[in-house]
Amino acid sequence: MTRHSSDKTLPMSRRAVLGGAAAAAAASTFPAPAVRAQGAKIKIGLMLPYSGTYAALGNNIADGMMLAINEKGGKLGGREVRYVKLDDESEPAKGAQNANKLVVGEKVDILVGTVHSGVAAAMVQVAREEQATLLIPNAGVGDATGKLCAPNIFRTSFSNWQPGFPMGKVAAEMGHKNAVTITWKYAAGEESTQGFKDGFATGGGKVTNDLRVPFPDVEFQALLTEIASIKPDCVYTFFAGGGAVKFVKDYDAAGLKKSIPLYGPGFLTDGTLQAQGASADGLLTTLHYVEDLPNPINQKFKADFQKATSRPVDVYAVQGYDTGQVLVHGLTAVKGDAAAKKDFYAAMKGYKVPSPRGEWTFSKSQNPVQDFYLRKVVGGENRYQKIAVKALAEPTDACKMA
Amino acid sequence: MDPLFFLIQVLNGVQYGLLLFLIASGLTLVFGILQVINLAHGSFYMIGAYLAFWLTARSGSLWIAILGGLPLALLLGFAVERLMIRFLYKRDHLTQVLLTYGLILILNEAQRLIFGSDVHGVPVPEIFAGSIQLTDTLSYPVYRLAVSGICLILVILMMVVIQTTRLGMYIRAGSVNREMVQLLGVDVQRLCTLVFAAGAGLAAFAGMVAAPLSSVYPGIGEHILIICFVIVVIGGIGSIKGAFIAALLVGLADTFGKIAVPEFASMSVYAVMAAILLWRPQGLFGRAG
Amino acid sequence: MTPTPRILGWVALAAVILLALVPQFADRYYIQLLTRIMSSAIFAMSLGLLVSGAGLVSLGHAMFFGLGAYLLVLLSPAGEGVSIWWAVPATMGIVAAAALVTGALAVRTSGIYFIMLTLAFGEMLFYLFHDWKVLGGSDGIYVDFRPTVTAFGTTLLSLDDRPTLFYVVLGLMVATYLAIGMLLNAPFGRTILGIRANEQRMEALGYNVYAYKLVVFAMAGAIAGLAGFLYATQYRSVNPELFSWRESGLVLMMVILGGLRARLGPAIGAFALVLVEEALQALTDNWLIAIGVFVILAVLLLPNGLADLASHRPWRDRKAPQHG
Repeated sequence: MTRHSSDKTLPMSRRAVLGGAAAAAAASTFPAPAVRAQGAKIKIGLMLPYSGTYAALGNNIADGMMLAINEKGGKLGGREVRYVKLDDESEPAKGAQNANKLVVGEKVDILVGTVHSGVAAAMVQVAREEQATLLIPNAGVGDATGKLCAPNIFRTSFSNWQPGFPMGKVAAEMGHKNAVTITWKYAAGEESTQGFKDGFATGGGKVTNDLRVPFPDVEFQALLTEIASIKPDCVYTFFAGGGAVKFVKDYDAAGLKKSIPLYGPGFLTDGTLQAQGASADGLLTTLHYVEDLPNPINQKFKADFQKATSRPVDVYAVQGYDTGQVLVHGLTAVKGDAAAKKDFYAAMKGYKVPSPRGEWTFSKSQNPVQDFYLRKVVGGENRYQKIAVKALAEPTDACKMA
Repeated sequence: MDPLFFLIQVLNGVQYGLLLFLIASGLTLVFGILQVINLAHGSFYMIGAYLAFWLTARSGSLWIAILGGLPLALLLGFAVERLMIRFLYKRDHLTQVLLTYGLILILNEAQRLIFGSDVHGVPVPEIFAGSIQLTDTLSYPVYRLAVSGICLILVILMMVVIQTTRLGMYIRAGSVNREMVQLLGVDVQRLCTLVFAAGAGLAAFAGMVAAPLSSVYPGIGEHILIICFVIVVIGGIGSIKGAFIAALLVGLADTFGKIAVPEFASMSVYAVMAAILLWRPQGLFGRAG
Repeated sequence: MTPTPRILGWVALAAVILLALVPQFADRYYIQLLTRIMSSAIFAMSLGLLVSGAGLVSLGHAMFFGLGAYLLVLLSPAGEGVSIWWAVPATMGIVAAAALVTGALAVRTSGIYFIMLTLAFGEMLFYLFHDWKVLGGSDGIYVDFRPTVTAFGTTLLSLDDRPTLFYVVLGLMVATYLAIGMLLNAPFGRTILGIRANEQRMEALGYNVYAYKLVVFAMAGAIAGLAGFLYATQYRSVNPELFSWRESGLVLMMVILGGLRARLGPAIGAFALVLVEEALQALTDNWLIAIGVFVILAVLLLPNGLADLASHRPWRDRKAPQHG
């Protein structure tokens, strides 16, 4: 290309100044790299969705966790706590970068997060590479405590397989012999229906069709018609959020609710009952928590959470709360020294967590071993029916940890 | 498959397609006459849905919500056209894409600030709240039939306006050669504003009417946008007839794709698009070149 | 595109030298952030070649980036890192082939159709990788070992070392820039620019416009694949979201913001967008609105993008893309 001598340009110095000024302005707003000092505040990175569809979950987890820590005096192992919040927007494409920002940039002592499984998968990678302590307060991606398990990765919620298994067991106990599963075509859906299948099989039940909806489509009409033509004994479904609302309503409007029972994990009716209205009445689901669990820890937790946040509790608040409890216990055991990893992790791993959901412990892959409850929707609320499965652990063959 | 169920599935596909047409028609007109790529078109659908939710919650009736919300949506379309879109007429596609992408970001964030990120339900109007029993297991919601009926009426109305009225003549002429129409003395600027506002209004109306069926939550605009793009490409830019046929095609492809090829159901719509474009690169009724 | 204004060339050189010094005294986090930005810059430059060079506006370019990223994971054997000597050419080759296939259909169209077609293809690939468990499914897949750079049995470079990876990506970024420059100066490149300026004229002159466009499309795809490969090398985990139209929209924003006139534009756009996003994120919770406003203002006030700031002519209104 020939150079055009007619190009008018700014003098070099002015250009350089402009460029330098812009860069300096941008750089000055970056978080300064953290300096660690003994006795300094312990930094907890909260990587959660504070915007988007899952914001309510993110907020409940964060508030639940802080409630637990504040109950014990607001300190962890005697050290003051500094929270660094980061909105991950539930975007998997930015997950690794965001995790790096907290772990490498802010040099947090402990990383907590997140809700979305795709983002969590990226966080797990970063945690493994940086040997960072990671506590997962929700994302159920199986690999986190499966193929990718590690001593520094703990989960205080569930794995996607877990809530499905008890539902399958209950369905078989109720006499159903065959079932159809329907969910979005994504990892959480597959893992959840696998759980149902395994549970259903313990009672001799068989899943005849696996119907899948492209994610995040909510046009169910075609598949509802398909279900009507198959006429199974029952249907197991995994949807969450907007999908759960629509599916339950559509299932009812298609008249299927009258003839073919619908089952699902608790997410089907969590946070969605108000929108689902009468269509959700009588729905049976299984989850590791119900709001009206009779134990005293739950009663106290509900009152405290309501007082602190003016919001009612849900399973996400409980998971956050337990994350806080686990941290308190672990750091107390090492007197706040988060770097004493061997003892820190051992203390957490051996903890019998006194949770609003009932006492639970960590499996060898560091996922909760917990009770699962059968719940029924009565009068617009989930009501506890009975224990569906006691002390259920996810299958741990994929995890190669000692 | 049982012939009865086959027919029901066809009904499902057609019903979905009719709704898609309402949204896609605005898009194809804006492309054809204004020659503008408006990525924010899906946002009007979302705005309609949220307006339906908000107004129904306050007034108790979806009818009132629609009566009140539609003028608001039209006003918004009018405002967006005057403040931003009209600067894009002479610009290249790149700039249009960028500007409307920025618009999406702003509208999405505004929605989040005003309404939050929860999922909201909109109750179906009382008259249409029942279901018709079709087989011993399956009932068809009356509201879906009502929505199909409303869409059909609008389609016919649109066809009548475009084929028989003077305004329709300007629209048809404008989509072929805008400059010529202007030279012939028609106030093209006002035509463009009208078309854009109408397109936005149609998309918003679709959002309102579909709200009881799809629930209201962040992100519903984007998904529908891409499907509408596919419809416009298949049907041919600027052609209402093409958009109609394409919408039905997409609705049916989506429905039968889910049943026939569940592994690759998501791709069925794009596969249809690719096939049609292999055969006719300008779409079914688009102008060549 | 016009030749890079001389002043911009000096700035670029200064920037490269500055970047080369970064690993010596910057915090680990910034080394890693800038590595990410540089692979985005390669991605943006590949789209710039397509958009400013050939006049083809693609809204699905992320599909090639994603493909390159996934290929690193898919080509890596289970227990060790794949050798970079064959992984990079293989990745670029496969991505180029994919680009040829999609391009064969897309390039037949133009204007709005092309934009929408590329968008649709991007979505198609997104669903393919999202739905098909074989390819990892919705949560994505990951690789345990980064690619190795060895010769005659000894390790030349360890990509696990952040500064090393930084320099490798820096080198590739500069190489991409120079390669695109050489391409555009060569007869092939002149033809491409001519096609962008006036397609009918080139047809009349006897050039097979379709073939040229297809080749450029494939090249741009291959370079995007390289960028994706580097991304996956850095983070080791990949996700179907990399194929999404949001990513395609973002990289298009980088190209446009940087300016369509200078070859350096896309790289400037990449740095500007990510740095602005970092800065805004730290300042406010509603930073998405700020970005939206920023983008709209940038478009309305700077029709030629940020690179215009260097050429002292920001207020000229363009009706059609310039040709050089």
